[in-house]
Amino acid sequence: MIAETGLAALWLAAALSLLQLALGFAPGMLKSGSGPIRAVAVLQGVLTLFAFAMLLLVFATTDLSVSLVAENSHSAKPLLYKIAGTWGNHEGSMLLWVTVLGVSGAALAIFSRRLEERTFVAALGAQGALALGFFIFLLFASNPFARLNPPALEGRGLNPILQDPGLAFHPPTLYFGYVGLSVAFSLAVGALVTGKVDRHLARAMRPWVLGAWIFLTLGITAGSYWAYYDLGWGGWWFWDPVENASLMPWLAATALLHSLNVLAARESLRAWTIMLAMIAFSMSMVGTFLVRSGVLTSVHAFAVDPKRGVFLLILLAFYVGAALLLFALRSGKLSEGPEFELVSREAALVGNNLLLSVILGVVFIGTLYPLFVEALTGAKLSVGAPYFNAVVGPIALALMALITIGPLLNWRRDSGERLKRLIIPALLGLGALVILLIAVPQDGLLAKIGFGFAIALFPASLIPLLGRKLRRTPLTTYAMVLAHFGVATAVAGMSISSLTTSETLIAAKPGEIVSVGPWSIRFGSIRPVAGPNWTALEATLYATRGGVIETLKPQARFYTDPPTATTQSAILTTLTGQLYTVVGQQVGDRWQLRLWWKPMVTLIWLGGALIAFGGALALLGRAWRGWRKGGVR
Amino acid sequence: MTGWLRFAPILLLVLIVAAMLWRLANPPDTTVHSQMIGKPVPQFALAAAVPGVQGLSSAQLADGKPKLVHFFASWCVPCIGEAPVLDQLKKQGLTIEGIAIRDRPDELAGFLARNGDPFDRIGSDPESKTQLAFGSSGVPETFVVDGRGVIRLQHIGAIEPNEIAAIRAAVEQAR
Amino acid sequence: MIAKPKHQRLVLVAIALVAVLAAVLLAMWGLRDRAAYFYTPADVVAGKAQPGQSVRLGGMVEKGSVERLADGVTVRFVLTDGAAKVPVVFRGIVPDLFREGSGAIAEGSLEPGGTFDATNILAKHDERYMPPQMGNQAAERQTAKTVMK
Repeated sequence: MIAETGLAALWLAAALSLLQLALGFAPGMLKSGSGPIRAVAVLQGVLTLFAFAMLLLVFATTDLSVSLVAENSHSAKPLLYKIAGTWGNHEGSMLLWVTVLGVSGAALAIFSRRLEERTFVAALGAQGALALGFFIFLLFASNPFARLNPPALEGRGLNPILQDPGLAFHPPTLYFGYVGLSVAFSLAVGALVTGKVDRHLARAMRPWVLGAWIFLTLGITAGSYWAYYDLGWGGWWFWDPVENASLMPWLAATALLHSLNVLAARESLRAWTIMLAMIAFSMSMVGTFLVRSGVLTSVHAFAVDPKRGVFLLILLAFYVGAALLLFALRSGKLSEGPEFELVSREAALVGNNLLLSVILGVVFIGTLYPLFVEALTGAKLSVGAPYFNAVVGPIALALMALITIGPLLNWRRDSGERLKRLIIPALLGLGALVILLIAVPQDGLLAKIGFGFAIALFPASLIPLLGRKLRRTPLTTYAMVLAHFGVATAVAGMSISSLTTSETLIAAKPGEIVSVGPWSIRFGSIRPVAGPNWTALEATLYATRGGVIETLKPQARFYTDPPTATTQSAILTTLTGQLYTVVGQQVGDRWQLRLWWKPMVTLIWLGGALIAFGGALALLGRAWRGWRKGGVR
Repeated sequence: MTGWLRFAPILLLVLIVAAMLWRLANPPDTTVHSQMIGKPVPQFALAAAVPGVQGLSSAQLADGKPKLVHFFASWCVPCIGEAPVLDQLKKQGLTIEGIAIRDRPDELAGFLARNGDPFDRIGSDPESKTQLAFGSSGVPETFVVDGRGVIRLQHIGAIEPNEIAAIRAAVEQAR
Repeated sequence: MIAKPKHQRLVLVAIALVAVLAAVLLAMWGLRDRAAYFYTPADVVAGKAQPGQSVRLGGMVEKGSVERLADGVTVRFVLTDGAAKVPVVFRGIVPDLFREGSGAIAEGSLEPGGTFDATNILAKHDERYMPPQMGNQAAERQTAKTVMK
């Protein structure tokens, strides 16, 4: 019954999205104002949310008469993971996608007041069009509520490896990010239809882009840390196609965010901003497609048959193609904004857009290159870290320079006067670089320069606060400072850890002492241990660097159902870095141990968190400003 | 100039979509193909894998009649689904020789009892040596060997019902 | 000097083009030496792989060829595809799925002497072929323990 109710709600919502599309674009519909389409959008969102709630319910109660539950869940799973299992499969995650899409549309309908009516109506219509395509895909090719008759006796989804809190919440976080960008896309479409790209559009779009961007930043940061501690390889970014699929929308959204600030402040960069808004959500859709279609092999990929892949591809091609066509036809009608000089904040932000777009482009090309080569020549090849690090690194450095200089420039025209304040940060950065060149003579020039830039950026990011009454400074300024400070933190972490990581790979007997970096580690013992659904060999290591002795217990773990072996790394976090330990196989009377000392590596994820926090401050700052000016934004 | 430039992104989209469509139609092939096609079968003499059924040797594959050599195991799940297809091929007059890899006689006997036994002979290959020598890297795999003992075709994975005709054609060609 | 609006639009379009061109050129430069081709042992023996080039080598781990060196962390083995063999050396912890008679992909480069120096080993997933209806299986799936090792 519950499943059928959910399915019925889904059909109704799909029908409403069709109506929403019609109301948005049919001529003559505007005479009734935006009331009807708002109501339709809200209802559609509510119904979709209801359908998702129904799916949550069948998973929470392990209703084995629903095919999806039988495939992916199990009555013995802890409740938390039963619930998370709702979106841990293709159909459920597509329903989550559509739910966020619908609820975003509803929120746009309820909360937007400042936007010009025709643009707003067209935007809601576009949102309806997006929803409609995905509803059709869901209802005809990925029905989450399909019944299983007779019901299964027990579910098949008890893979303990997937029962991890990080893994459970990683998808929704990313989805709020991906699908939040749909509103930016719809608003861009609306603005192209009416030709009104101005500060009001920017202000309507900005909270959505900020919100989505915050979630994407958090999702990527958390995903990176999870891969780091879970895979046991000591790495935190692998340029895996699915990782790239989450990075590309983030790059576009970052560029869009900064472009929106220009549009809001100066009404410049109109065509750029619209294009970026379209690209950002297009990247979200490309990402979704890549992960589900089997086009790129990756450990992350869902098992989906190629027919669904074709369906998604057609949907993607249609939406992106239509948006690009609209842009090609209508962007000429957009009036140009006020002019600005070469040395101005606008110019710095154009540079920012440029560099971020180049990074996006090279990541995109690198991710798809193997596909093109195989299609055209049959040769199989893979593109990995050597390529990505080599091409992205230098551009990222140039970007660091802009982040240091840009916030200090005035709008429209700057004399360069304030740039004098950068002399001290620049000297600090240069000093750091020189120290590294001497102290770490071997390879890693890129990382050293990166560290130099980071050292310069730390103080430089604070300069906008100099000489101001701190209590009167808007929250949005603090937000910018914090986010840029976070960038410096993350880059510092990346540089230092890549330059100074020590590794020891050795086969040792219990009782032996091994060392890594400044640490002296005694291999205490190794013994079998057991958990609820696993057995493991647990090594006990005693580590010290002259002071307190810490204990670490890495495991080589074996699950029985399905039979899988995993490494459970043991990590010691200190103020100056992390000691990362892994135990491998037995070799005679010795055991393989792999140990890393990674100085300052936690700065990477701390930086990511600071960036996201900066975004949250910006959102708060604008909401606060809007509230003080009266009325809901 | 900016005229056609505006439509350039759409052209790019078309190219990318075309590449993706190609890939969807031609999924990545992660199988390892045998390099032994066109070469004579490797020399081997395998003991009987199941009591009551003869073992298999390479000499027996050069007796003038084209045959299918089928690599399988009792622990091979797709082999269960393939059993009816092998039965069909046998009924249509093809000779199927089996090589069981890394298996035990009792489990193999159970497998054959449950799923049928279309094999003339079954050799036991407990360490996959013969399998590797054939250039096979997994189960189930089927090779078409001609009357002179030369490998003519490798079929990777279970034979689907709609592939029966193709297998028969390959055996015909191997005469 | 303030640029006139129409001029400015042209400049911005030009910058957009520069972005696209820069991305493409940079990518081409990066891909020239850093894309890793996939070879089989037969390809390597036929000389298709250049020594020193970062490539991937895929095949089956030959039975009886795995040899652990005295340091306990270096392993030598032979990858074969039935027609040719390539000796491989790897220093590290091999994935649990790595075993003789099973498939593996080694990432690394060929040494002038003919040995493949692997920096990473990916053990191939389940050696039982899954029918196409099962979709694209994830790369790491455990094989059921085969009866005899």
